[in-house]
Amino acid sequence: MAAAEFPVIERPSVLAWRRFAHRRIALVSLAVLAGIALATVCAELLAPYPQGRTHATDVLADPGRDYLLGTDTLGRDTLSQMLYAGRVTLAVGVSVALLATFGGTLIGMVAGYTGGLVDAVLMRLTDTLLALPGLMVVMMGARMLGDSIFDVVLVLSLLGWMAVARIIRGKVLSLREQEFIAAARAMGAGPGRVMFRHLLPNLVGEMAVAVSLATAGAILAESVLSFLGFGVSAAHTPTWGNMLGGNEGFMTIAPWLVISPGIAIVVTVLCVNFIGDGLRDAFDVRSDGRD
Amino acid sequence: MTRYVLRRIATMVPILLAISIAVFWAANRIARPGGDLAINPRVSPADRADYFESLGLNDPFFVRYLSWLGDFVRGDLGTSLVRNGSDVWPFVRTALANTLVLVSLAVVLSLAAGITIGAISAIRRGSFTDYVATTVSFLGISIPVFWLGLMLQLFFGLYLANWLGITPPLLPTAGLYSPGQQGFDLVDRLRHLVLPAMTLSLQLVAVYSRYMRASLLDVMSSDHIRAARGRGLRERTVVVRHGVRNALIPVTTQAAVDMGQLVGGLIVTEQVFQYPGMGRLFVNAMVGGDYPMLLATTMIVAAAVMLLNLAADLFYGVLDPRIRRGSR
Repeated sequence: MAAAEFPVIERPSVLAWRRFAHRRIALVSLAVLAGIALATVCAELLAPYPQGRTHATDVLADPGRDYLLGTDTLGRDTLSQMLYAGRVTLAVGVSVALLATFGGTLIGMVAGYTGGLVDAVLMRLTDTLLALPGLMVVMMGARMLGDSIFDVVLVLSLLGWMAVARIIRGKVLSLREQEFIAAARAMGAGPGRVMFRHLLPNLVGEMAVAVSLATAGAILAESVLSFLGFGVSAAHTPTWGNMLGGNEGFMTIAPWLVISPGIAIVVTVLCVNFIGDGLRDAFDVRSDGRD
Repeated sequence: MTRYVLRRIATMVPILLAISIAVFWAANRIARPGGDLAINPRVSPADRADYFESLGLNDPFFVRYLSWLGDFVRGDLGTSLVRNGSDVWPFVRTALANTLVLVSLAVVLSLAAGITIGAISAIRRGSFTDYVATTVSFLGISIPVFWLGLMLQLFFGLYLANWLGITPPLLPTAGLYSPGQQGFDLVDRLRHLVLPAMTLSLQLVAVYSRYMRASLLDVMSSDHIRAARGRGLRERTVVVRHGVRNALIPVTTQAAVDMGQLVGGLIVTEQVFQYPGMGRLFVNAMVGGDYPMLLATTMIVAAAVMLLNLAADLFYGVLDPRIRRGSR
C-alpha cells in the first residue's frame, strides 16, 4: 500500500474499520464474542471443576452455590462442561468457515477469471450441490467419515463452500473487465499472478463477510449434527451441540442442561451474525436486507 | 413457455442421475445392503454367499446401480431391512403426506408473515417497528431450529401447563394424534401441528422478511414507482400494486433456493416432535442402517427439492412477464 504517497486517500482497511466501528451493535457483538472466546480459551482458569470431573453424589443437581448451572446425569458441572465445550464449538466453527471461504474463493476466482468450459463445469457443480438438501448430505458424509472433530470439520467444509464461490465469482466477473487487470496482463502477468496479486486483494471484503456468516452457519450445523447424533462424539469431546443432544431426554427434570448450551449457541451465533452484517457495511459488500 | 418448461425438466434429468449415483454409492458405504445377516456369526458362510448372490450383491457396482435404478423408476422401492421385510413404499407414502402437510403449512404461514413484516419494515423504514423486526429476524436466523423446538416443548408442555394447572397441556408436544384417539379428528390433528409448524416457521419468517424488506426498498426507489405516484395514484395502490408485486419476485426465487435448507429444519423438527414424516424416516434409516429405506427417502427428498426449485422458477415467470417472453 502506498498510503504515504497519497495522504488524502485513506487506506481501505482503516476506512473499513471506521465504518465498522460506527455500528454500535457490531462493536458490542465483537466485544461479547471476544469475551466468550476468551472465557473458553481460559477454561482451565475459569471452570469451577476440571473437564469431565464427575460427582456421583450430585447427579442432576439443581443450579445452586456448588454448581452454578447444575449438573448432568454423571454429576458433571454444566458450567465447566460448557466452557470446555465452547472451545471445541468455536474452533470447529472458525475452522470450517476459514476452509470453506478459502476453498470457495479459489473455486469462484478460477471459474470467474478463466470462464468458458471451466466456469460452466465448476458452476454446474456448485449449483447442483447448492440445490441438494444440505443436512441430508452432511449427515451421510459424517456417517461415512467418522465422529472426530477433524471429520466433522472436513465434512462441513466440503459442503460449505458453494455460497462463497458464487459470490466471489460474481465479483470477479465484474473485476476482470476493469483496466487494472488489463494493465497487469499487458505487463505479462499470467493467470496465477493476476488472480493472487491483483484479484485477491479486491476480494477481501467479500471474504471477511463470508467468513463471519460461514462461522455462524458452521456453529449451527455442528450443533444440529451433534444433536442428531452424527457430530463430534460426546464420549471424547463435549460440544455445545452434543451437550444438547445428550441431555434432551432429561429436559423436563433438568431444564438447565438444555437451556444453558442453547443460550450459549444463540448468543454466539447472534454476535457473529451482527459482526458479519457490520462487515458487510464496512466493506460495502452488496447488501441483503440492510441499507 | 411449454418449451421452456420441457427444457428445464430435461436439464434436471442428468443432475438427478448424477445425484442418484452419488447417493447409491454413499448408501452402500453407510448401510449394509444385505442387512445384519452380513455380519451375523450364526449364518454359515455358504448360506451368506447364497443370500448375497440372490440379492445380486456380488455383481459389479454399476450393474447393481442400474438394477436398483430400474426398480426405483418403476416404483419398486424394495423391502425394508428393519421393519420385518415389509415394502418401503407404504411407509414413504404416509411419511411424505405428513411431511407435505407440515411443510406447506409452515411455508404458507411464513411467507404470509414474512412478506407482511418485511413490507411494513420497508414502508416504515427506520421506525421502531422496523428496528424490532430487524432485531427479531437476526434472532430468528441465530436460533438452532431444534433448540427452539425444545424450548417450545418445555414452555407449552411443562411450564404453561403447570401454571394453568391443566393436563394434558394446551398444545401437545409430540406425535400426530392424542393417545387413544380413534379415527380422524381435524382439531386434534391441527393441535399437534401447531408447535412443529411454529418451530419450522421462525427461521423462515426471519429470512423471508429480510428479503422482502430489501426487495421492496429496492423497488420503491425505482422510476416506475415515481411514475405511478406522478399519475396521482393513491399511495396504497402504489405500494401494493406497483411495489409489493414487483418486490415479490426475488423473494419467491429465494424461497425456492431455501427449499434445500428447509429440509434440514424439517429433519430436526420432526425429530424433536416425533412427527412421523420423511425427515424422521430418513434419520431412522440412517441410524438403523436400513439400506432400501435410506435410498428411497434420500432420492425422493432430493427429487422433491429439485421439483420445487423448478416450480418456483416457473412461478417467477408468472410474476415477471419479461422472463416469460425472454424464454421463447
